[in-house]
Amino acid sequence: MAEIDVDIAIIGAGPAGMAAAVAATGTGARVALLDEQEACGGQIYRGIQRATPERLRILGPDYAAGRALADRFAASGAQHITGAAVWQVTREHTVHYLRNGSVASLRAHQVILCTGAMERPFPIPGWTLPGVLTAGAAQILLKSADVVPAEPVVLAGCGPLLYLLGWQYVRAGVPIRAIVDTTGGADYQRALAHLGGALAGWRYLKKGLALMRALKRGGVPFYKGASGLSIEGDDAVQALHFTSRGQAHRLATHAVLLHQGVVPNTQFSWALRAAHRWDDTQLCWQPVVDEWGTLDVPGILVAGDGRGIGGAVAAALQGELAGLAAAHNLGKLDAAQRDRRAAPLRAALRSHLGIRPFLDALYRPKAANRVPADDVVVCRCEEVTAGDIRGFVALGCSGPNQAKSFGRCGMGPCQGRQCGLTVTELIADARGVPPQEVGYYRIRPPIKPITLGELANEA
Amino acid sequence: MPTDRLFKRLAAPAGSPGADTVTIEFNGAALEVPARCSVAAALLASGVTRVRNSPVSGAPRAPYCMMGACFECLMEIDGQPSRQSCLVTVRAGMRVRTQDGARTLPLPPAVQTGRAAEVEHG
Repeated sequence: MAEIDVDIAIIGAGPAGMAAAVAATGTGARVALLDEQEACGGQIYRGIQRATPERLRILGPDYAAGRALADRFAASGAQHITGAAVWQVTREHTVHYLRNGSVASLRAHQVILCTGAMERPFPIPGWTLPGVLTAGAAQILLKSADVVPAEPVVLAGCGPLLYLLGWQYVRAGVPIRAIVDTTGGADYQRALAHLGGALAGWRYLKKGLALMRALKRGGVPFYKGASGLSIEGDDAVQALHFTSRGQAHRLATHAVLLHQGVVPNTQFSWALRAAHRWDDTQLCWQPVVDEWGTLDVPGILVAGDGRGIGGAVAAALQGELAGLAAAHNLGKLDAAQRDRRAAPLRAALRSHLGIRPFLDALYRPKAANRVPADDVVVCRCEEVTAGDIRGFVALGCSGPNQAKSFGRCGMGPCQGRQCGLTVTELIADARGVPPQEVGYYRIRPPIKPITLGELANEA
Repeated sequence: MPTDRLFKRLAAPAGSPGADTVTIEFNGAALEVPARCSVAAALLASGVTRVRNSPVSGAPRAPYCMMGACFECLMEIDGQPSRQSCLVTVRAGMRVRTQDGARTLPLPPAVQTGRAAEVEHG
């Protein structure tokens, strides 16, 4: 049995992970934070430490705000294990990772999973063509490589990240062919019911409105209430088709950036056999956790967007709460100290999550863009279409794991990251039962690819 | 060589550390690409629009998520296949190849001999 190497192992160097590390090291705990990238920041603050003043100007103040947290993390004394692809976290708190071509592992008393979010799948016709990327991908290209579209680009979908990208492109002088917004009248109506929360989160609302005004002033063509999205092309993107305000449109373009929200990255929590619940407001699976983020697996906590989408500031607050909880579990803080420090964090968290119901209602992804028509590819890796999956259901397939056996759906390299939510909803829709009943893929390690040679090459 | 460059690098600000480009080998030919970024980003900014063909249908595929979640950017890098090129930092002299079709495993010598004998007897 391996010796305990650290008190707390944190997976992920985004806002939640960094904040957890800072909080935990502050109590005297020995902390190791593992992350795939060479520098901290996760995706939302990617490249933050080497961002030039010009980059900070383009990306905006919310991104720049990550610098302070990154600096505190760097000064925290936590061990930062970079370039580490964690491929398994066990219920016994062993973290297995691949680094520089060989595997290594460490044992911890407590583990905090801070693996964040990933883009929601956007299964429309042609979404697998070269030239289609997510808005998040475009942001990563900008943040990590200073790379932007060379020709006027089309942004399509809905959600704050899409508009933020447009705003950043305007500031960078990148021409935008159009923003094709799927948000329509019914969405605004639904969101009105949550206006109270939005007004309580008025700073977020103000930011959002300013962003939209800047896009208009930037002369970006906007199409609203867009439906019937499909991407035309044989070997690459040639055009985006859609209907807006009763009119059919065809936008010739070579690049389409899709986005309809982000969802929790739950690969580790599922692999741990932790309980999850389907959240019908955010239309995703969320791990079941207590008020500190603890899973129903003792000693393993989740913080940040991996628990449920709340944004960067909420993620940092949850990370701090989880760090304090883990430190308490180790005896570094007594319950009274922990609770005293937690109280203002919880108040801040409530404040920052206040706008979520409004955003979740306003930018609820359309059913047609979540449960597509028969000819649309759902499982990108194995090229299984929605029609194929409906066929499986007709033959008796009751859930995603059976879909694996029926047609390899979900058995490709991405391990269901790009198709899992679609498959759950599609099967639920075809069977006429709730997603909670249908369940999700059984996720098994390795969570990241490793070769037999690497496995044999223990560091 | 693809003619449509989908992406480009913004002009590097004055005083950036390190060289702005490196030369790699892409499918056997020398290619100058932006430095200090992932292989996927470097290729996209150099006019490359396809990094692999799907093993199922042969359909062309290219990077989609740029964060290691979609596995579309799989390429052979320095002899090792199926590497997520969005997670590998580009370096001078790197040998990068598009990945076309399914992985083939090399056969052990005894089986190779047996297979060859099979064909001979028809």
